[in-house]
Amino acid sequence: MREFSQIWVYLSASPLVHLTLTLAAYQLGTYIYRRGRLNPLLNPVLIAIVLVLGILTLTETSYETYFDGAQFVHFLLGPATVALAIPLYRQIDKVRRSALAVLVSLTAGSLTAAASAVAIAWALGGTREALISLAPKSVTAPVAMGITEQLGGLPSLTAVLVIATGILGAAVGPPLLNLLRIRDWAARGLAIGTASHGIGTARAMQVNEVAGAFAGLAMGLNALLTAILLPIVWYWFF
Amino acid sequence: MLNYITLIFACQMIGELLVTAIGLPVPGPVAGMALLFTGLLVHGAVPDDLGAVAGVLLSNLSLLFVPAGVGVMLHASLIARELVPITVALVISTLLAIAVTAALMTWLGRPRDGAIGDGGTAG
Repeated sequence: MREFSQIWVYLSASPLVHLTLTLAAYQLGTYIYRRGRLNPLLNPVLIAIVLVLGILTLTETSYETYFDGAQFVHFLLGPATVALAIPLYRQIDKVRRSALAVLVSLTAGSLTAAASAVAIAWALGGTREALISLAPKSVTAPVAMGITEQLGGLPSLTAVLVIATGILGAAVGPPLLNLLRIRDWAARGLAIGTASHGIGTARAMQVNEVAGAFAGLAMGLNALLTAILLPIVWYWFF
Repeated sequence: MLNYITLIFACQMIGELLVTAIGLPVPGPVAGMALLFTGLLVHGAVPDDLGAVAGVLLSNLSLLFVPAGVGVMLHASLIARELVPITVALVISTLLAIAVTAALMTWLGRPRDGAIGDGGTAG
């Protein structure tokens, strides 16, 4: 047993353990999600986060130690954001045809998401830190974190709120759209992508190709739009 | 393959440089996305290998959120203190944003040439 503990001491000092844990937890999450017939409550990101949190708590590991390994996954968010240019480019014809509709709906949805979140949290007594961190929560994580940093909020809290929004939108979006009797795949995708970025887009892509494309488009444009508009609107009000 | 991985990293790097140098109001990766998008418009097509690299990154997009999401443990006390404003704000604003975007898009994007067939048949 002494040998094992020595090996463990060696291993736990390397980033490998928490990198592997992150990948394994996510794959287990994906497996459960598939077995549960894509039930939105079994979101793979949510399952992975809960699993990792459980293991970190059991092993009394700090977030800093965990992040030493997980940062390699986290780092790829930047290149993935750059790569969004590709689905955006592929849909350019479809987008060009409904450019005005897309732009107006997206701007309205984007402002609704940020303004209503801040207003509701403010009315219910949320602190300044929470309000700033909430404002960009419909934008994909790396961009949202950048915006929060710029406005003086807590980027890591924003990341959590962004992910919660994504899981929420992927879960409640489709039933809400059914209730509103919106059947057009472009409109459904655009709405999910605007409100719940990459996690919503991942869900839309599984359901329908057109919905996925418009969700990806909405996610990319909303990131751009919010990054430009939100700081301006924010300094205007506060 | 490697050249397109390099291209994506280079776009992000130039994006970060531009943002810092000129003080653009957008995060570096978004500037990088705009650069790559402009490049694709000029080039006129997506090279197969670039599509493959992007496919790997984007098809596992939700995995990339896990490390940041685990960061919830850093803010457990703040979230516990403001659980009600945060939860209510998240739920209502997400529902509102979806409804507003979808309703406007359906209304504005309605086919004007008299074609009644809608985009999808199943909900």
